[in-house]
Amino acid sequence: MTTLAARDLPRFGGFNLGMIRLELRRMMRNRRTVVFTLIMPAVFFLLFGTNASNRTERIGGGNVTGYILVSMAVYGAMLATTSGGAMVSIERAAGWSRQLRLTPLKPVAYIAVKLVLAMIIGFVSVAVALAVGSVSGAELPAHAWVLCGLLAWVCALVFAAFGLFMGYLLPSENVMQILGPVLAVLSFAGGLFAPVDTFGHTFATIAKFTPVYGVGEIARYPLVHDGTLWVAVLNVVVWTALFSLGAMWRFRRDTARV
Amino acid sequence: MTLTASPGITGRGTADLAVDLDSVVKRYGPVTAVDGVNLQIRPGEVVALLGPNGAGKTTTVDMLLGLAQPTEGTVRVYGRKPHDAVALGLVSAVMQTGGLLKDYTVEETVKLTAVLFGKPASSVGEALDRAGIADIGKRLVGKCSGGQQQRLRFAMALLPDPELLILDEPTTGMDVGGRHDFWQAIRRDAAGGRTVIFATHYLEEADAYADRVVFVRRGQIVADGTASSVKALASGRTVRATLPGAASSELESIAGVDTVEIRGDTVYLHGRDTDSIARYLLTSTPARDLEITSRNLEEAFLTLTADDAGSTR
Repeated sequence: MTTLAARDLPRFGGFNLGMIRLELRRMMRNRRTVVFTLIMPAVFFLLFGTNASNRTERIGGGNVTGYILVSMAVYGAMLATTSGGAMVSIERAAGWSRQLRLTPLKPVAYIAVKLVLAMIIGFVSVAVALAVGSVSGAELPAHAWVLCGLLAWVCALVFAAFGLFMGYLLPSENVMQILGPVLAVLSFAGGLFAPVDTFGHTFATIAKFTPVYGVGEIARYPLVHDGTLWVAVLNVVVWTALFSLGAMWRFRRDTARV
Repeated sequence: MTLTASPGITGRGTADLAVDLDSVVKRYGPVTAVDGVNLQIRPGEVVALLGPNGAGKTTTVDMLLGLAQPTEGTVRVYGRKPHDAVALGLVSAVMQTGGLLKDYTVEETVKLTAVLFGKPASSVGEALDRAGIADIGKRLVGKCSGGQQQRLRFAMALLPDPELLILDEPTTGMDVGGRHDFWQAIRRDAAGGRTVIFATHYLEEADAYADRVVFVRRGQIVADGTASSVKALASGRTVRATLPGAASSELESIAGVDTVEIRGDTVYLHGRDTDSIARYLLTSTPARDLEITSRNLEEAFLTLTADDAGSTR
């Protein structure tokens, strides 16, 4: 009888920094991801947020340019975390997920890697937006620069869950071509491009139930100290729960099938 | 029809088997892909799973890798559940298609595999070398030819230094040169004592590279043995004779006859021992004009593996 050499399983189900490093390098190689998540939000900000009246009009402790900057940072974080989560779609379409089944990587560790990646790229996106804003006339109180940025980033977790859910729902090579417009509509409905009450009372009421609304309200709160915070928090919590449940449901079906 | 030329495995225990499939059945809805397969493979064997498309080869491979669960029966790889054996790196595979990301380089793909298996960085260059793709390490996977991608899959499969390597139709879509290079690499590797199972529908590949050939047809093993013994079993001969008014049931009962075909007054009897069939026809029936012809290997393979429904014989 052949004696087999002792073999061990990797720790943490295969979750490790080496994989995250390689995956980050691959994401940065994808020009579309870079344009969508890092460049576009900053460009939107420069186009819509930096005219003279926005710079002079005051809001909270800063100017309207600063207000729009935070909204665009949220938009960028949202695009970044969604596309991070939606990577699973491309990987399933390419048969890569199946290939990973032939390694010790546990499905849960794989999801964890994707979430970490989504949050890293979301962080970079927020940082880029704030950096562009700081040299383009955005004015915020010092603590708001930090708090608004952090809140935009942390709350974008809801879209990492959304991206994962969609990634498992739509096995497609170019899932972001579908999700990009969806996110734009949701951002509009959630008051990211223009305050929700600009469009009347009914619209403003509906807006409160859409998934982008909460994130935007929370992220801008350190600046404006306005609005009912608990509604926004409830919004984020409920949507995160819904998207996570959706992702888990599809994920379980996926693992059962293969 | 079940032909068995398997070397005596049954007498041995199952503890030291590389692969042990016990009455394995796999159904997908109304379709039975694998229909009661028993297969034992010992460490060090190089085994070809040979059969036409849709015979159940890939389903069998998927079950060996834990990618599919058997509906009935048990699958053990080195005495473990397939997925556990995979996670420990005891078994790895080169799959038919897919399984690669276009925007990784060749080297990064192997590096990621190494990271997942907890192997040192030095193992990456080694695997690239052994698969013969060290020179294209910096190339993006999307820019690699089919043969290069296949050798990349091979490099990934080598990384955990598996006891058992499974290849599913490894040379599909390769040109003759690519096929040759690929098998050279596999052959070098198997010389080190690794157990290899490969699924193929190329008879020549099974013949040239396997110690043991397992013929699969419609989810069942129809023959199992050394390449030469299976060929001998498969390549029987045909006795043609003029025999008016013959009944096929009567002809089928002749010792050594496997199949019978009647065309008008002419009968075609196929079997391994054509001498005794001829002797019987000449001594016990009014048959005349006897002719004995041998089938070629390709024809024999078709007989063994063809679907009855799609076959004209």
